[in-house]
Order: sequence, then C-alpha cells, then structure tokens
Amino acid sequence: MTRLDTLRGPAAPLDHNARTIAALAVNPGCDRRALLDAAGIDKQRTATHLGYPAPFGQSPFAITRAASFDALVKANGCAHLLRLLRDTLDLSISEASYSDISDVGGSDNHQVRHTRTRALLKRAASDGEGAGTLFDHPLLKLGVAGHQVYLEPAIIAFQIEGRFHVVEIKSFAVIDDQADAGQVAAAARQSAVYVYALRALFASEGLDPDRVSHDVVLVCPKDFANHPTATLLDVRQQLAALDRQLSRLTRIDRILDELPVGITFDIEAQSPDEAAKAVSTVDARFAPECLSSCEMALFCRAEARDSGSTDMLGRTARDELGGVESIPTALGLADDSRLPSPEQTEIAEQLRYVRRIYIEAVA
Amino acid sequence: MSVISSYARALAVQTGRAQPVATVRHVHLSATPMVFIPLKLAGEAAAPLAALVGTDPANPRLLVVPQPRNRDLRFAFMAELADVMLPYIEGFAAVTETVEAKTPYERSSDAPQLLVPNRGGVAFTKLLGRSTRFRRADGPYPVHPSVPVLGQWLTFLAERAEYAGSSALVALTEALALHWATGQSPMEDANLATQLAWIAPPEGQNGPEAALAAEDPLTSPPAGPETHPDFDGQVLDHAIRAYESSGSPAQVREALRTQLEPTWALMWQAVRLLRGLPEAATVDARWAKDRDQFTRETARLADGGFPRGRVDGAVSAAIRLADLESALQTYEAQRAFDDPLVMTEHRVAGKAFSGEVVAVDATRRIVPPGKTRPAPRPLVTIRTSDPVRLSPGKRLFSSRNRKQKTEIVSIAGDLVVIQINDQMGRGSTPAPGSVPEVGEIVCYAELDPGGGQRPRLPSGEDTPWTHGGPPAPYVPTDEDAQEAWS
Ligand code: SF4
Repeated sequence: MTRLDTLRGPAAPLDHNARTIAALAVNPGCDRRALLDAAGIDKQRTATHLGYPAPFGQSPFAITRAASFDALVKANGCAHLLRLLRDTLDLSISEASYSDISDVGGSDNHQVRHTRTRALLKRAASDGEGAGTLFDHPLLKLGVAGHQVYLEPAIIAFQIEGRFHVVEIKSFAVIDDQADAGQVAAAARQSAVYVYALRALFASEGLDPDRVSHDVVLVCPKDFANHPTATLLDVRQQLAALDRQLSRLTRIDRILDELPVGITFDIEAQSPDEAAKAVSTVDARFAPECLSSCEMALFCRAEARDSGSTDMLGRTARDELGGVESIPTALGLADDSRLPSPEQTEIAEQLRYVRRIYIEAVA
Repeated sequence: MSVISSYARALAVQTGRAQPVATVRHVHLSATPMVFIPLKLAGEAAAPLAALVGTDPANPRLLVVPQPRNRDLRFAFMAELADVMLPYIEGFAAVTETVEAKTPYERSSDAPQLLVPNRGGVAFTKLLGRSTRFRRADGPYPVHPSVPVLGQWLTFLAERAEYAGSSALVALTEALALHWATGQSPMEDANLATQLAWIAPPEGQNGPEAALAAEDPLTSPPAGPETHPDFDGQVLDHAIRAYESSGSPAQVREALRTQLEPTWALMWQAVRLLRGLPEAATVDARWAKDRDQFTRETARLADGGFPRGRVDGAVSAAIRLADLESALQTYEAQRAFDDPLVMTEHRVAGKAFSGEVVAVDATRRIVPPGKTRPAPRPLVTIRTSDPVRLSPGKRLFSSRNRKQKTEIVSIAGDLVVIQINDQMGRGSTPAPGSVPEVGEIVCYAELDPGGGQRPRLPSGEDTPWTHGGPPAPYVPTDEDAQEAWS
C-alpha cells in the first residue's frame, strides 16, 4: 500500500478527467487539491462529510441532453462526425473505421485498456495508411505532480494519414456562429489536456508528438436545433499554459514529506472534525473561482474567512491590496494601527492615502 | 475594480456590512419598471421554462412551459409573455414631448424599463429575442402574431443593454454592485440573494451570516436563468412527468412558483434600496437617450421594419463598436464627475487629481498655436496630495464646467499648473466665475464626457469593396422563419 492509498483509505480511487486537470492547472498553488486528486480521493464525498457539500452539480436534464447529443453525433457509424470532419479538416475520405476502446474483451481494467489504447494508436501512427480511423474512449495517462494518473476517456481521437486530432463533443449551442465564451474557453482548456496526454504518449513511444494536432475539433449543436456543427479550436495557448502550470505543481512526494505521520483522509474511519483537521494540515490556496471548479470550495472558503484572508475577496482585490494576505493587516496598515514591515512600506502608504480620500468622499 | 473598491470590500468584511462605492444613484429607475425573472431548462440553448413577470410587486404573473421540450408549448409561452409585455412596452409610445433641437422632434416622454436579476437574465432575454423575432404568423409552423413582435422588442432591449449607461434593460446585481462593495468576491456578487444579504441583512443578522443563509437553495433558489440541479432532479423532473401523464400543469406551476417567488421579493427589495439613493446629475440625460432610441424603434416597427439580421455587416459592426466605446467613455466620465466617490478611483490611478487652488494668473494672454491674435489663457496652480500621473499637454475636464477644456502645463512636487483654454466669454478678460479662484477646491480629470474621438466611418452604402462592399440589407427568409427549435 502506498502512502497515497493510506490517505484515501479503503475506497476505490477516482479517475482524473480533463476538467479536474484543467482546474488543477488553474490553481497550481493549491497543494490540497493536488494531493487529494493524486490520491484519487472522492472530494465530493469528503466535502459532504466535512459538512460543506460542493456548491455545484449537474442537472439530470443537462446530462440527458449531453448524452443524446453525443449519441446523435456518433449514430450510424459516426456518420455525422465523418461529414463534419470532412468539412472542417477539408478531407476527401469517404469512410473511416471506428474502434471503441471503452471495453476491451469485457475488461474495464485501466491497465488493460491503456495498453490497448497505446497499441492501437501506435499501430495507426506507424502504418500511415490513408484510411481514417476513429478511436472512441481512448484511455490516456498523464504525469501530474510526479504521479501517473488515468484520464477519463471522454473524447475521440481521429487519425488520418498518420496525423491525429482530438475530437470533443459538447452540447452547448453555437448560435449565429457564436457560443458562450466561458464554455468555449473551458472546452479549449479541457481539450488541451487530451492533446497534451496524447503527445506525451507519442513521445514515450518514440513517435513525433507534433503528429497530434493542436487544432481540436469541437462538435456542438448549431443554433436552436439538434443538428451538429464543428469548429476547429486552436489550443496552442492552452497547451503552453498547461505545460507551465503542470511544471509548477509541487511534487506530490514533497507534499507527502511534510505531512504528519500516520495521517489519513479516510472519511469512513474519522469523524467530520477529525477529517477536517487532517485536511487542514495540507495548505490550500482558495480563490473564488474554486466555487465553480473544486468540490472542496465551501470548506476552503470557510477556512479563508476564519483566517480573515484577502483570498476570499478574489485575486484582483488581493492584488490591489498589494498582496497583503490578511484583511485585518490591510486595514491596520490603512488606519495606521499596524506598523508596516519593510516590504510593506509602499503599500502601507498607498492604503493610508486610499483610506483618507475614501473617508473624505463618503462623508 | 480598483484599489478603492477592494478597500471597501475589506471594510465590508470588517464591519459585517456592504460599504458604499457611490454616493448617488447612477442608473435610472422607472416609476413603473417591469420585473422579469426568466428560467430556462438546463442543458438547452434557449428553452424557456418559466417566468415571473409584472409591474406590481403584489401581483406577479407566473408563466410556465409544462413540457419545455415541446415546441408548441414554448411558443404558447412566448405568446403569453407577449400578452404581458407588449401592452406595457407599446403603452409608452402614446405620450410624447417635443424636443427643442436644430430640427425639433417628438420623443416618448417615458420608456419601458425591464429589470432582470443578473447578466444571465440579460443574455437569456437576448436569446429569447433571437429565437422568436424571425417567426411568422403564416406559412409552416405559424406562431401567434405577437410572438415575432415581442422578439423584436426583446432584441432591441438586449441590444440597448450593451451600451454603458443605458437603463432600458438592467441586471440588478450589476446595478447594486455599482453602488455597494460587499465582503464577498465580485464573482459571488452575481448572486442577488447573497449580495442583498450583505447590503441589507435582516434584523439581528450581520452581512456574512445573512449571506451564508442566503446560499441555501431551499430558501433562496437561484435567481435564474438556470435552476438548481437538485431542484431539477428531485422536483421538476417528477412534475413534468406528472404533466405528461395527467395533462395538468398544476404541479409544474407550483414547483416553479416556489423557485421564483423568493427572487421576486428580492428584486423589489433591490429596487427600493436603489430608489433610496439620490439620482446622479446625468442620469436624466442618459435616460433621454434610451427614450430617443425607444421612439425610433417604435417608428421603425410601425413602418414594418424587418427584424435585425443574424449577423451585422462590416460597417455596421464597426459603427456599433465605435458607438459602444464612445458610450462607455462618456458614461465613465459622467459617473466620475457626478460622484466624488467614483472620482476617487481615478485619483488613485493618477488620472485625476483634487486640491486647492493656490494661485491664479487670470489676465494671462498668449497667441495660441495656429492663431494670430493673443487670447486669454489663464494659468491656475493647484496644490494636491494625489499621485498625479499625467503629462504636460494632457487635456483635462472638470465638474465645475464639463465643457471647459484645460490642459496641464507643468507638474512640480505637489503643485500642478493648468491652463484654461475656452468657455471664458467673449471679452478680453475671462468672464467672472469662468476661472477657479484662489482657495477653491477643484478636481480635474483626464475623462472626456464628450465620449472622446470618434473614428470616421463610411456609411453602410459606402462600404469599401475590401470589406465586402455595401451589405445587402437583411431580408427575412423562409428558412429563418421556420428555423428548428428542438
Ligand atoms: S477549493 Fe480548496 S482544495 Fe480546491 S482548489 Fe480551491 S483551495 Fe484548493
């Protein structure tokens, strides 16, 4: 049993998915999340046990809609998808073979499926045959914080003439050629994770990683109908950001080294208070964005509030308050009740000025 | 966001209550606004689910789509909504006033104002407009004749909402955020219930306690347009099934009423709070713009004007962008000159300064560049403790006389010398009162209430061929009218 297994307790480990990795990359300063994810701990259940259930969830209507759109795109041997691929990638293929890797000989064992994914992709890459191939549910692996994790296989990898594209099917609508900017950005960040993992796989097989295109095919419903449309999404920027952030993550071993001996986050074996204490031993870095991306958000927010941290006001406010960590300190510097440290003299002067003109103007 | 509002947020945390970031009200509030709280079905682009709408706080009208996936029921909902909204909107066209201008013209004395809870409400209003404005009352898939008319009006209102300072369609969380800094993050301020909890906590509670309580989806369901996932799974799903088996919408109506009524009360609470602030000086002038646009749209529709196309042509898009930019600049400047607290944000940034006049050279005359005769160009020296970040030559304006152009001559230590360039009367010396006097407290800023320089753009007919030539005006098509809405 590894240390991570001890931390998790007897529960089965959870898979990472592109969303969790993208979220992790958005908040690379948070050791807590990095560790919980690396150990495959169910953050949703943990947060609930601590008395702070996650502030978000998915509506059954949204799930149904996403599933039915996905099924529509893949219906009849991916007929829709092939048509869209021909149009967006400007191809003349008439057909492509389809292999689903979600179930290998009746086994859903990760190792087996990953090995199969590797073998299939490698063969397709070395064959360089003209024919296109669609690989549904490829199970990829990624090194995160010095630790290998499996990625939930929610995409299709499309191969044509030895070149690979990630195909992502999303059910948000593109209306008059415009989609919700937030959702497109999230999709781009998630697709980048798959491109990244696919390239890593290529590199480890001695293949040229650049054969995986940075242009992702995003398939969405068009206007108000159920009809799919596809767009190429250039994720180079997201890839660069991901690369930078993954390299900034503290290595899991380092975090583990700093933990008290014998500690566990096992929620079956501990009362909420004990579990809360255990979780609190790992440093967090709360930001309001956590509220929509991390199941632990309400717990961490309460912690930030209790300590009067400027984090709870958002990154912008924190920066504008000169990076001062606590609200009482910032206000104390402003009203002169607290002496600035040498590196705080400049911000203290500004805060005093801000306080003076604020009071003048409010009066 | 600025260091001022961040400081106010920190203060809000310390005091347990939201703190002001404005001293006057910068949005227009109609005497009879229409509150509109739309809900949509999760996962769908624009499937309306319900709305609570009306002008009387005591008498909201509840509209629901008992099976949101049914297209006929959606259009029936839109027809019902038209039934509530169109008389309200079109009613304002009846009373007009004559505007004294070079060519005097008629303008509606008042105009409709739609209040929605948040930005999502504005975006959904726009989508509802988009999904109905091309529809037709004849041909395949006919809809009630009022539906496309409502679609045009919703499109118009959503379009106005993109202009800074327009009050035709207002997201109340944004209106509140203009006036109060809460002790939570800007992201959390998009939640009307918690934002109001910080601004006006119930008796016996402080802001953070009230905000925490207001996060309970049972007592404060989301203000839309999305509903709570638990509500969807545990209540709505069953209610829709019940409708399908019994044909009675009663259960769906009741379920959605519980989700909407708490927000209805919050909306009117927000209106009362905003009404409690004195109106800023230029609100009226901006509302006059909204009334102008309303008058024009009324005339356009009366002439059988076509719905707005799906996409703008190159020139109209460029003109629109320039208009939006200019409206934003004007609005920023007006807000700062109307409100010393808003001005502090510009002072901290070094774009404005306030101080006492310590010397005036009122009789100074020079020959201005490009002129031949000497003209009055008084110099005013101001002592300020603000961190001025402006360079000589910079054009400044002031709330003393918002039309008067001045420029920076020099900055040395805490002394700023400015030169007054116009608005001093026709005499050889400045008219009394046109130049600040020693001892006066003044404030000058790099903000132009005139909206800054407008790029010169060709009219639509003169679109250069490089930009596709003159656009063909949008003409409604059968395809648009029969577009799928599944
Ligand atoms: S919610 Fe907590 S654990 Fe999750 S990313 Fe934010 S700070 Fe880290």
